[in-house]
Amino acid sequence: MERTNTLSIRQSRDTDFIREVEEASGQDVSKCYQCGNCMGSCAYTFAYDYPVTQIMRLVQLGQKDIVLGSSAIWLCANCQACTTRCPNDIDVARVMEALRIMSRKSDTVSLPDIQAFYDEFLRSVKTFGRVFETGLLPIYNLRAKKPFTDFDLAPRLLMKGKLTFFPALVKKRKKIAEIFEVVKRDRFSKDGKARPEPLSSKTDI
Amino acid sequence: MRIGVFVCNCGTNIAGTVDTAKVASEALTFADVVYATNYMYTCSEPGQQEIQRAIGEHGLQGVVVAACSPRMHEPTFRRAVEKAGLNKYMFEMANIREHVSWIGNDKAANTAKAADLVRMAVAKLRFNQPLFSSKMPVNKRLLVIGGGVAGIQAALDCADGGMDVVMVERKQYIGGKMAQLDKTFPTIDCSSCILGPKMVDVSQKENITLYASSEIESISGYIGNFTVDIRKKATYVNWDACTGCGACMEKCPAKNTPDVFNENLGSARAINIPFPQAIPKKAVIDARHCRQLNGKKCGVCAKICPVKAIDFEMKDTIVTEKVGAIIAATGYDLFDHSVYGEYGAGRYPDVITGIQYERILSASGPYGGHIQRPSDGKEPKNIVFLACVGSRDASVGRPYCSGVCCMYIAKQAILTKDHLPESNSYVFYMDIRAPGKNYDEFVRRAQEEYGVQYIRGRVAKIYPRGDRMVVQGADTLLGVQVEVEADLVVLATGIESSAGAGELAEKLRISYDQYGFYMESHPKLRPVETNTAGVYLAGACQGPKDIPSSVAQGSAAASKVQSLFAHDTIETNPQVALVNERNCIACGKCIQVCPFGAIQWKELRGGIKKAEVLPTVCQGCGVCNATCPPKAVQLQHATDNQLLAEVNELCA
Repeated sequence: MERTNTLSIRQSRDTDFIREVEEASGQDVSKCYQCGNCMGSCAYTFAYDYPVTQIMRLVQLGQKDIVLGSSAIWLCANCQACTTRCPNDIDVARVMEALRIMSRKSDTVSLPDIQAFYDEFLRSVKTFGRVFETGLLPIYNLRAKKPFTDFDLAPRLLMKGKLTFFPALVKKRKKIAEIFEVVKRDRFSKDGKARPEPLSSKTDI
Repeated sequence: MRIGVFVCNCGTNIAGTVDTAKVASEALTFADVVYATNYMYTCSEPGQQEIQRAIGEHGLQGVVVAACSPRMHEPTFRRAVEKAGLNKYMFEMANIREHVSWIGNDKAANTAKAADLVRMAVAKLRFNQPLFSSKMPVNKRLLVIGGGVAGIQAALDCADGGMDVVMVERKQYIGGKMAQLDKTFPTIDCSSCILGPKMVDVSQKENITLYASSEIESISGYIGNFTVDIRKKATYVNWDACTGCGACMEKCPAKNTPDVFNENLGSARAINIPFPQAIPKKAVIDARHCRQLNGKKCGVCAKICPVKAIDFEMKDTIVTEKVGAIIAATGYDLFDHSVYGEYGAGRYPDVITGIQYERILSASGPYGGHIQRPSDGKEPKNIVFLACVGSRDASVGRPYCSGVCCMYIAKQAILTKDHLPESNSYVFYMDIRAPGKNYDEFVRRAQEEYGVQYIRGRVAKIYPRGDRMVVQGADTLLGVQVEVEADLVVLATGIESSAGAGELAEKLRISYDQYGFYMESHPKLRPVETNTAGVYLAGACQGPKDIPSSVAQGSAAASKVQSLFAHDTIETNPQVALVNERNCIACGKCIQVCPFGAIQWKELRGGIKKAEVLPTVCQGCGVCNATCPPKAVQLQHATDNQLLAEVNELCA
């Protein structure tokens, strides 16, 4: 998204958004005093459109459109260095995660390729019980419309045994697939509201 | 009894949400109430005169004022009724402001509750008895605990006023943290040059008794009459003989003793005088590192000492001092930065603390005042300062601002430029807190005249690269990551309460906050008093403070002591326990439970034993009253009958 140099705060401040982020992440964003420790710790600051400190600031100001349309929330690798070092004990990585989910729901994903990677990764887990890289990578490349990216690495990875021709046999992979169903049923019930409930104890993995 | 009730409007503070006229008219229906009115400001002079007029006109024998907390104005109204000829304990206060009007908006409910509180106060007052205090002498000697700059100031002020002062210092020298500093902000005057004369004064004033290397063992008594046991720790050197010549230090073979005064930057000897201007200038043997005291053959110091002052057999001794007031000035400690794994947790020799840097800057420090790196002794070129290490950080349990770090970093950066004109200093900060006189100008000067580079952001991590340290942080003003390759990193570690502050507070019977800082009696209006009469506070033991504030508080506490000592006697509080001997069954339970040792046995004729309360020692807590099986012990002004009368009214 284009950087904004003028904010009409009264018009663009969305207090519902602040509340939604706090509810979805379980974090009190007003605790952030903008020290910059998360930005200093973040391995991807160089690539972000807004460094994570500024994402937190934009959330405090209720700037929904900028935040949900930012590339930063999708480039976040969820390494949790920010969470570890936050002096105010804010789980910043969880705020970023909540923002990704909100961004999907509001259909404002700025980097669809990354969303596609998440989707394909999970589909692979659902199908094979764990990730089958040799299947995941070509499919992802096709979906991202760059079919030959990193193709040259494949022979070397195959020789080193990092890639295999056949998926690993995981015991009870149907049970793993069931987790996806349970999550879908429990967390996204009719009203579409997230309900963070543990899996039923009967689910035997 | 003829009772008068005065309901205060307190402007709109009470009248805004309580119908005070209705409360007054309702009060007229209560038993024994012959007069009731409401008034705009009862605490004002005309308000008090109104009470006095009503006492005379209606022959009142007791007065209830329904107003604010008794902590605010009970003394005011007690004086007012006393002037009108009543005993001051024939007065009760109902708190209808803090307990009613300020906490609810429902006027009808508030009015009903206020009337209930007045009814309870009236019910209690009907059982009140006139009480009379006695006088007891004041011992005009002061105990100062802690010999830092705050304690020194308090001791000197009182000694100048002609009072006897006893000073107890845990360390072997007085001067506290200030003695370790090189220069002081914002004037850059030499710390030991301005503190030294005060330290010398302490040692030379005849009416100051100094116990260094000593700690408080126990405290008993009460305002005007404390008894204090002081533990004089074994120094293994007879201080009466020791001249402080230092010959022992030169010959002592235990060369690997940590130099605590120099913050472990160098090593000292097991027998040591920490710095040239030390007061008292006496040697002390560190028993953990002395060869002789650890079973090895040595005794070199005993042989070399020209006055034969060494005594390896010395033991701790207890001395008892009697004083009338106590000033706690126990100072602070510095945050231990080893909890910050991302800053190396103390592993890197060239990541040091602010107080270590003070010792490096000091001419009497480990490097003779020449700035060099602890690791290899090289002169650093790029020096990074980190603010807020252990301050404003809830994740390490220190959410408060230490108040002094912004200033001492600016000072150290300026001094660095003075020592090494070719050097570059960088300061990572979150906010500049410089509210003192000439403070902000000082920080500006560091940036404008000395070229110190200020970077607004916290540091995320510090790691080695070659023989340098990489400091990785953020510039939040630009929204970018920042990296500095530094030769030396100084962590501005924050202030925390002094080690052992909690134990001493228990001995003093004063309270402390969740961080271990001592609680003042009122955060604004009683800043140096505690809730224990006769115990006062000075300096950073009450909260983070810089030198000017510590000195000001030392003088403030001293003036409180002097106004106490201006009287030869003090009035006792008659609200103490009293034994009805006819009901006492001599079970001794009250003696067991009394936390102040205020109850003892008394033998009547024929050897009959009864409990007896020492009214001067009793603090009026009421534990004996609650414990006594036949209810023979009654806390005056809060007797069972008085409390039950209140409860009966509430439940009627």
